[in-house]
Parts: sequence; C-alpha cells; structure tokens
Amino acid sequence: MGKHDPRTPLIPERDQDKRPVMECVGLGIDFGGLTAVDDFNIAIGPTEICGLIGPNGAGKTTIFNLLTKVYQPTRGSMYLEGIDTRHMNTMQANKAGLARTFQNIRLFRELTVLDNVLVGLHNEMSYNLGKAILRLPAYWRSERIAKERAMELLSIFHMQDMAYHKAGSLPYGSQRRLEIVRALATNPAVLLLDEPAAGMNPAETEGLMENIKKIQETFQIAVFLIEHDMHLVMNICEGVAVLNYGRLIAKGTPAQIQNNPKVIEAYLGTGGGVADA
Amino acid sequence: MLYVSQLINALQLGSIYALVALGYSMVYGIIKLLNFAHGDVIMVGGYIALFSLTALAFPPVIAALITVAGCTLLAVIIEKLAYTPLRFAPRLSLLITAIGISILLQNLAQLIFTANPRSFPTQMLIPAGSITLGGIQLGFVPLITIFASLLSMAILTFLVQKTKLGKAMRAVSEDMGAAQLMGINVNTIITFTFALGAALAGVGALLYAAGYPRIEPTLGMMLGIKAFVAAVLGGIGSIPGAMVGGYLIALLEVLVISMGLSQWTDGAVFLILILVLMVRPTGIMGRIQMEKV
Amino acid sequence: MKQFHIPMPVRYGMNTILIIALLLVGHLLMESGVLPRAHANNVIQVGFFIILAVSLNLTAGYLGQLPLGHAGFMAVGAYVGAIFWRSGLLPDGASIVVGLLFAGLVAALFGVMIGIPALRLRGDYLAIITLGFGEMIRVLINNIPTVTGGAQGLLGIPRHSSFLVVYICVVITCVAVHMLMKSRHGRAILSIRENEIAAESCGINTTYYKVMAFAFSAFFAGVAGALFAGNLGILVPGEFGFMTSINILMIVVLGGMGSMAGAVIAAAILTSLPLVMQGLAHFHVISYLPGASEHIVRYILQWIAQHRMIIYALLLIIAMIAKPTGLLGNYDFSLSRILEKLIRRRNVGKAEKGGADHG
Repeated sequence: MGKHDPRTPLIPERDQDKRPVMECVGLGIDFGGLTAVDDFNIAIGPTEICGLIGPNGAGKTTIFNLLTKVYQPTRGSMYLEGIDTRHMNTMQANKAGLARTFQNIRLFRELTVLDNVLVGLHNEMSYNLGKAILRLPAYWRSERIAKERAMELLSIFHMQDMAYHKAGSLPYGSQRRLEIVRALATNPAVLLLDEPAAGMNPAETEGLMENIKKIQETFQIAVFLIEHDMHLVMNICEGVAVLNYGRLIAKGTPAQIQNNPKVIEAYLGTGGGVADA
Repeated sequence: MLYVSQLINALQLGSIYALVALGYSMVYGIIKLLNFAHGDVIMVGGYIALFSLTALAFPPVIAALITVAGCTLLAVIIEKLAYTPLRFAPRLSLLITAIGISILLQNLAQLIFTANPRSFPTQMLIPAGSITLGGIQLGFVPLITIFASLLSMAILTFLVQKTKLGKAMRAVSEDMGAAQLMGINVNTIITFTFALGAALAGVGALLYAAGYPRIEPTLGMMLGIKAFVAAVLGGIGSIPGAMVGGYLIALLEVLVISMGLSQWTDGAVFLILILVLMVRPTGIMGRIQMEKV
Repeated sequence: MKQFHIPMPVRYGMNTILIIALLLVGHLLMESGVLPRAHANNVIQVGFFIILAVSLNLTAGYLGQLPLGHAGFMAVGAYVGAIFWRSGLLPDGASIVVGLLFAGLVAALFGVMIGIPALRLRGDYLAIITLGFGEMIRVLINNIPTVTGGAQGLLGIPRHSSFLVVYICVVITCVAVHMLMKSRHGRAILSIRENEIAAESCGINTTYYKVMAFAFSAFFAGVAGALFAGNLGILVPGEFGFMTSINILMIVVLGGMGSMAGAVIAAAILTSLPLVMQGLAHFHVISYLPGASEHIVRYILQWIAQHRMIIYALLLIIAMIAKPTGLLGNYDFSLSRILEKLIRRRNVGKAEKGGADHG
C-alpha cells in the first residue's frame, strides 16, 4: 500500500476506471501548533461506501470538518469531481457536491420536518425574492415540486407522516435519519455521515444499514462514513480507512483491516484482537 | 502645560471607565452575559452617595462604605432574582432580562427621585484643593480618583490571582462544568463575581459623582455603554484588558474634545468599537474562542 | 383520511376582503370625526409601531439576532422622507409614494452597512455594535444642522401620514414579510437562526441572507420613520435614541419573537396602554365603585398610564423567566386555519353521526 497512491485498494472494481468523486492529497491541519490531522490521503469512487474508523480523538470529525470547509486545511488539497476546493467555503463545498450529517445532531429544531428537508432543497429551487413576495407562478410551481421531492425523500425512511412535526420533537433515531434526508436533499455526490448509528439500538442499526445501501444504489452516490459500530462498518463498507493520532495507519477492504496488526494495536494496545468484527 | 492637564483629565475619566469596565468584563468572562444593568447600579450608587452625604449627613468614609455596600447588595439581589433562574436559558433571554432590569432601575429612579438632575456635593466627599507639582496644579479630585482606582484594581488583581476564591473564579470562567466537578460551588463563585464587579462599580459611582457632579436616572446608561466598549476594546473577559480599554477610551474622548469636536465624542467611541470588532473581535487582550462542530 | 384545506385562491380572497373591510371601517371612523383626536393619533401611532415591530421581528425573531439600533434606521428614513417631502419636488400623491420608497431604500442601504459586521459577530457583540450604530446616527443628525436642522429640529414637514397611507404601509409590510418568510428565502433565514453551521452545510449562503434580512428590516423601519415624520410635522434627533430601540424590541419580545401576529398585537396593546388606562380612569362606571375603592382604582389606572415603562420592564423580566417565547411564542394567526378547524370539527361531528347510523 504505497503512501502516494491513495487509490488502491480502496476503490471497488466497478469504480476503478472512473475518476474518483473525492480525493484528498496530503491534507493536514494544525491547531495552534498542534497537529490534529496530518498527511491524509484518500480517494473515493463515485458509488463507493467507505468507512473511516479510529479510536476516540483520532481526528475523524476533524477530517469531516476539513472536507466540508468548516476548517480550512493548513496543508494539502482536496478535490471534488476533479475540482480543487482550495478557495471554497462550507456553502460552496455543499454546492460542489458534498453533504454531511453531524455527530451532535444539528437539525433546525423549531422548524417542521418538512421545512428541514426544504432547506436542503433550497438550491434546487430557483425563484427569486420578487417572485416570492408577489407569489408569481414560478413560486407555486417551484414550491410544489420541492414539496413533492421532499416527501419522496422522507419516504426513504418512512417519515412522511412526521412531515409537520417539529424536528426537535422527534425521537433521537428519527432525528438522525432526518439529518440524512436533509443532506440528501442537497443533491450531493458524496454523502458524509458522522456516526449515523450512534444511539441507535441493534434493530434500528440494521434498518439504517439497509437504508445506506439503498441510498447508494438509488442515487448512485458515494457514502463516506465515520462509525464506531464495527458490525455496520464491516458489513456495508467496501473500503475502510483507519485513523490514529491524526494519521492514516491503514486502508483496505474490511477483511484486510480486520487482520491488520497496526489496527489491532491502535484499538486494543499490543497483544489483542479486534472483537466483534 | 495644557497637554498635561488634558492627560490628567483622561486619566481621571479613564480610571472610572476602567473600574466600570472591570465589572462588565468579569461578569462576561464568567457567565457570558453582557450585564446591561451594571451602568444602572452605578446610577443607584450615585443616589446612595448623594443621600448619605446630604440627607443623612454621614462622614465621607462612612458614606463611601455605604455606597459600595449598597451597590454590592443591589447587584447580588439582581443576580439572585433575575439571572440565576436563567442559568441554562438561551443567552439572548439573559441579555433581554438584563435590559429589562436596566429599564426597571432607570424608571424606578425616575419615579422616586424624578427625572430632574441633582447636583452632587463633591466637597463633602473630597475636600476642594490642589497641590502644585513642578509647576503643575493637580486637583484633589482627579488625584484621588486616579489613586483610588489604581488601589481598587490592585486589590482586585490580588484577589483574583492570589486567593483561593480568585482561583475558583478563573476556573469557573475557563470551564464551568469542569469547575463544578472539581467541587467548586459555581453559584457562590458567580454571586461573588457579581459582588466584586458591583463593589468596583460602587467605587466608580463615588468617583464619577465627585468628578462630574450631576446625578440623574439616566446617568448609568452612557457611562455603562462606554465602559462596556472599553471592556470590548481591551478584550472582554480579560482583567488587564478592561483597564487598558478604559484608559484608551478616555484618552480618545479627551483627544476628540481637545480638537474642538466635543459633539462627536460619542460617535468617535462607537466608531472605534465598530472598527475594533471588525478587525479584531477579541479585542486587544482577548482570546479567540472557536465553536465546536 | 384527507384533511380539509381551504384552497389557496380562496384564502387569499378571504384575507383581501378582511383587509379591505378593516380599511373601510378605519377610514370611516377616522374621517367622520367620531374618534377624539388623541385616539385617532393613537391609531396612527399603532400603525407605525406595527411596522417597526414587524420589521425588527425579521432580524430579532427570524434571524435570531438582537439588534439594539432599530431606531437608527427609523431616524434615517424619517429624515430622508421629511427632507424629500419638504423639497416639494413632486406633486403630493407621487411625493408620498416616492418619499416613502426613498426613505426605505436609504435606510436599507444603512441596513446593508450594519449587516456586514453582523457577518462576523453574533449575539451580544452584534447587539452592542447595532447600539453603537444607532447612537452614531443620532450624533450625525445632531451635527449636520444644515441638512437635518440639528438639535433645533426639522420643521414644516408636510403631514402626509393619513390613516389611509399608514394603513396601506402596514398591510404592505405585513404581507411582504409574510410572503418572504413563507418562501425558500424565509426558510433560509430561519435555518440560520436554528443552526448556522448546519445551514451552511445545506448550501445556504448565510452571508447573503443575513445582509438581506438586515436590509429588509431596515427598509421597513425607514418607511415607518418617514410615516412618523409625516405624522408629527417636526423631527428632533432625541426621538431616535436608544430607548426608542428598546421600546420596539420590547414589543417584539413581549409579542413573541418570530410571531408576526404577536408583534402586531403587542404593538397595538403597548402603544395604546396609556390612552386606554386614562380612558378607563375616566370611565363613569368607576364612579359606582363603593367608597375609597373608586379613588384607588382610578389612582392605579393613572399610575399605570404614567409609569408604563416600569410595568413593561417587569413584564419583560417575568416573561423571560416564565415563558421565554413571549406572548404568542411563534404562533401565527391565520384566518383560514381557524375556519379549517371549525369546518373539520363540524365534519367530524357529521362523520360520527353517520357512523352511528351505520352501526
């Protein structure tokens, strides 16, 4: 596994001949002299489900923040569908095809479920301010289409009936699912999920796994996820990257990762084995 | 010669701003509240000083002690009644409450003392007179103002840096949750902070009344806002920052006045505030805080 | 079961009829001279306080910031409108419309200027910067007497703020803000209040929408300012101090941040309170009260009328501690929704009867 060839062997066969949808080269960030992430290289195929694992504090969420431009990297570059994201901000990164969920759920709590999704569809609608205030036909058409689309997206997780509930009043699991729907609404090329199964029971996690696969298949998009639930990671991810102390220590298929001594060491210290894999 | 007297003016005014700014800064540092009522506590202090000197005819030292104690008590009551119930409320609610307290105090003062300004008998607090030093005449009032403020700030610095209570204060402002886990009684510390800030405000009230002897219900508003600007300029939450900010704002005001633009002083102060916030929102000595994502 | 909904065109029709009916009633009352002068003037005042509250609600309620310099925008609009009207460049009818637009646009320009620092600052920092900005405008007006009349005041402003003009402005403000908020643009503003980072990562241009909200808010405050000038006939800079900003904020907070109905109702109540209390104190029913209680009641009513600020401040504090969402929370009044509920209830009643017949 060459350090400067970030592709192999992560990208699944079907994506091998295509350009990676997202590519990081030597990405790193320092906080006040402290290196949080260093030399992060990865390439993700256009329809790949890829996992990012590592012990707590390894810098996984920091990487998501770098990708989505919440933080600007100190060094290295990130490309989205071949385009350099150097001068982008969070909003532009989203428009360029990157959508995410948050570890500590960030919903628009006082808005309805439907409105949450409609905010995600903001850029899919195009009527301007004047047309909105004068309620011209463009407004009605655009709003109707967006609402139908929002309902369709909600139906992935069977949440249509909750459309008019306040997002903040939903149970925890539904909030996590709504965040995924909202991210999907922005029509991304890559969906970043930050611990999507956190706080879910095994049955809910099972359902989530199926849904992530379904999303990848129906929308033909890439999914890049951070997760501590090894069952989920090993079952749905085609490639797995392992982060420790801000550095990639291993990349490979789930099977390769499970048997990688470095990974075992990172998780359990020396002389253990990855449990429940 | 003119410059020296201007400088004395600036130091006198700056001392008062610094004292008041400290109250804002400490409270902001600990519960992230812009305590809008702080200026009005000074106004109440002004009236307390006025009546303990005139109606009650107390000697200056007693009157001063009563003023400081009165301000402290008032601030603690406000904190207990209005701010404590909102400890876990959104910060905007807390700010609105503080504004409410400010309006309440102003209007109560208007109700009780009427809106007419009263003149403050400075000589009953600080005897008239001056000393001449190297050909420069220094009035007792500015001298005592500067000296008393520096002394108060020195005591404060000692309290915060060297005592156990001060350490606990710094710990709470650093991380309230962690401080609580370390066995620090957060509520006590917050009350103590308010009390300390208000005691300084009490000193500020005495010195302000002595220097600018006109007591009215709206006295605290502009003084408070300018002191807050000073705290922001110096870096809110930072104790030396508040002192530096106070003197800088006063210097700016005196400078603008000496250029013959006294009408524009308030404008200049706010212009500086806006510029500072645009260029360096953390002020001169403040620290950057990042939101965790 | 599909719920009953009144179709959109019917809703708009109903609301239009309501608006016109109110206009006619108001116009009749105001012009016939039935209302005493003080009351008529109070109605006009309620009008521009509604505009001020609804416009402030845009930034305070919907965008989730706390601007403390709304009176500054009002001042800009007041002076721009007054100076334009005094110039007499256009015939009266056109002059009113152009003057109001001009007042709003210049105020909006100032709104953009204050919106820019709002990009970097939030919460209390923004509050204090808007406060400073409002005060700076006051200082400016005081110090350019050749344009504004300075502290002496600006006299001889044409009295353009008739009930009709104010009413139309109120309606336009409320409708425009409502239409804005119930569109993708309004949702974008709300999403910034709810969670700025999440909004950005949903592709919302938070910069643009913050500035837009401030500009919009300032525009209507400017219009209200011009109406204020056209009502009084004279302007003095003291009218636009910090306390005026706080007054408007109080209306918004007590009405419920983010509720337009709340802002309208609170504007009406808070503005009319002194007059109503005075009226009650002189109401002859009170003289039937036994003995001293008559005097006590009368005294209390007059005391409230005189010292309403104490009551408001107490209400503000109590509201924050007891119910931080304000009078109406973010509930919004909707004629159609009330009708729909009534109709649904009737239908449910029928259905139950029908069910019983079958069983």
